[in-house]
Amino acid sequence: MILVLEQILNGLQYGVMLFLLAAGLTLIFGIMGVINLAHGSLYMVGAYAGTWVAAETGSFWLGLPAALAAAAVTGLAIEAAVVRRLYARDHLDQVLATFALILTFNQLIVIGFGRQPVFTMLPEAFAGSIELIPGLHYPPYRLLIIAAGLLVAVGLYFLINRTRIGMLVRAGSTNREMVRALGVDIRLLYTVVFGLGALLAGLAGYMAGPILAVQVGMGEQILLATFVVVVIGGVGSIRGAFVAGIVLGIVDTCLRAFLPGLLRQVMAGPEADALGIGISSMGIYLLMALVLLIRPKGLFAAGS
Amino acid sequence: MMKTLMTAASLVAMMTGAALAQDPLKIGMITTLSGPAGYLGQDIRDGMLLAIEMEGGKLGGVPVELVVEDDGLKPGNGRQIAEKFMNDDGMKLLTGIVFSNVAGATVPDIVDNGAIYISPNAGPSNLAGSECHPNYFVVSWQNDALHEAAGAAAKQLGFKNAFVLAPNYQAGKDAITGFKRTFGGEIAGEIYTQLDQTDFASEMAQIRAANPEVVFQFHPGGLGIAFLKQYAQAGLIGQIPMVLSEPSTDAVVLGAVGEAAIGIHATAHWNRDFDNAANAEFVKAWDEKYGRPITYYGSQGYDTARLIASALAKTGGLDDIDAFREAVRAADFESVRGDFKFGPNQHPVHDWYLLDIVAGPDGKPMAVTKEKLLDDYGDAYADQCKM
Repeated sequence: MILVLEQILNGLQYGVMLFLLAAGLTLIFGIMGVINLAHGSLYMVGAYAGTWVAAETGSFWLGLPAALAAAAVTGLAIEAAVVRRLYARDHLDQVLATFALILTFNQLIVIGFGRQPVFTMLPEAFAGSIELIPGLHYPPYRLLIIAAGLLVAVGLYFLINRTRIGMLVRAGSTNREMVRALGVDIRLLYTVVFGLGALLAGLAGYMAGPILAVQVGMGEQILLATFVVVVIGGVGSIRGAFVAGIVLGIVDTCLRAFLPGLLRQVMAGPEADALGIGISSMGIYLLMALVLLIRPKGLFAAGS
Repeated sequence: MMKTLMTAASLVAMMTGAALAQDPLKIGMITTLSGPAGYLGQDIRDGMLLAIEMEGGKLGGVPVELVVEDDGLKPGNGRQIAEKFMNDDGMKLLTGIVFSNVAGATVPDIVDNGAIYISPNAGPSNLAGSECHPNYFVVSWQNDALHEAAGAAAKQLGFKNAFVLAPNYQAGKDAITGFKRTFGGEIAGEIYTQLDQTDFASEMAQIRAANPEVVFQFHPGGLGIAFLKQYAQAGLIGQIPMVLSEPSTDAVVLGAVGEAAIGIHATAHWNRDFDNAANAEFVKAWDEKYGRPITYYGSQGYDTARLIASALAKTGGLDDIDAFREAVRAADFESVRGDFKFGPNQHPVHDWYLLDIVAGPDGKPMAVTKEKLLDDYGDAYADQCKM
């Protein structure tokens, strides 16, 4: 029972990480129609910048604004220099250009920080593990990530549903031309949305640092799962990204944790392991296929 | 008139001949320089370059040029680079591959072509046994042997019950097979993780639930860093000891993990503090040139270059490939790891050591050699090799 609870917490934590990344990605794709493969690079830029400042100053918390600022500024720069030229082009051009950005950023990081992964510190207060209920030890840092993710979700909910910018964002994801026809400076809106997406990616990257390895190419490792979240949630929908992120995080974690054990009840050990690993690594894609069968535009497709 | 022409022609021929002799011998290096595992290939390359530089651009008195290309951890790339090296540039000596899956796709092609391949890292099991080849040498270790050392260490430390984890690919399976071969105790749980997995929280919960006496895990590079950090954050580091093989505890991993690594039992065939003249010279030169932690990958690149130097010193070049092969087989060089010779399958026979990870003078973790675990140890596949 405790094991199940712990795995659900793990899934939740993985889920909010996916949400933080998918939120930016889905906004950018939903509103501007740009496929940004370099979103993972913004995640990496946030992780490196925050970690570097944290190491220089000795404070985890000072790294946080640095990570957010670096990722947002990089995002704005990418938007102005590259992505802006791609709005009108087809998706293949966008994929090519943003793939080139991935290679460029990876090489820049190698030049600046070397190929070796860098050390990242945990905030003092969140090191170690605490006992949530008797028998359930859990790292408080992971709880912090869950809290941060939920906070961002609430903040985005208000931003999208209660503010003028949010209104334009919602309108833009449904009918871009109409928003433009109404005299809204959609260029500026795009830039703001891109910066916001980049900021969220930077937050995710910095939060992931103390758990995972801060290294070149770290963004690509999580990008595929992020795209799956966007597809399941419905392109352009923050609510979809949140629900899909959490569901996917929990499903993926629980499959990996329990499927081999369950299969071992009905078949021999090594075969159960092999089959269990096989199915659980396919798990999120099976889920995606299932959702697309029932709702071809995703769970919460914008404009549906 | 005819005579003048002949003289001129032979003069020209002599000049080109002379020019050829001054061209450095090209050694082809296929290695992984990009992505999270890029530091592995970088250290192997820099170890080799260091040896070449220390001899003034030569190996064994022969001027050499190391031509390096990045395989991006893709077997297809490795194969293409090898073909280019051999067909277009006429290279007869290749080296450098980091990963077993790249080696598996590339090495057979190289040796079938009549070229010599000397591995500074990957030593997959299939190429060590029935598929061994006279033109294929491994300087580093056979894959399983890396983890057999960890199994032997766990047994010697008195653990009876182990939880084992590794990524779900060939080297991961070799790792767990190797560990079990020498450990001999009970296995409390066995998990194969995904090769691209970086969050191990679910595995941590399972380890805690199984409550074994010791944990063995093999996760190279960034995966291992993530695993160790999360092991510490889950509060397991002081509770359940870990015995690890070399790829999970290289100097870069220790640096990135920080104090969470202190107290781990590690196993290795080389460590910075080995007390021999060759190693002292190597460590000093590395520190002066690069000023970053030396990994065992660096030591393997250096050893590979020194081995090539020892053979070139005898043959003077690659014109007689049979003589060169014989000279390599003799392994007539001082390895930075101490004892070294080739077994019947041209894989190393050397010693394995138990290391402790302790806090260094600056509080950061460092590996200290504790004792010799296995003496003149080869690998489990040598008997299957018929040359």
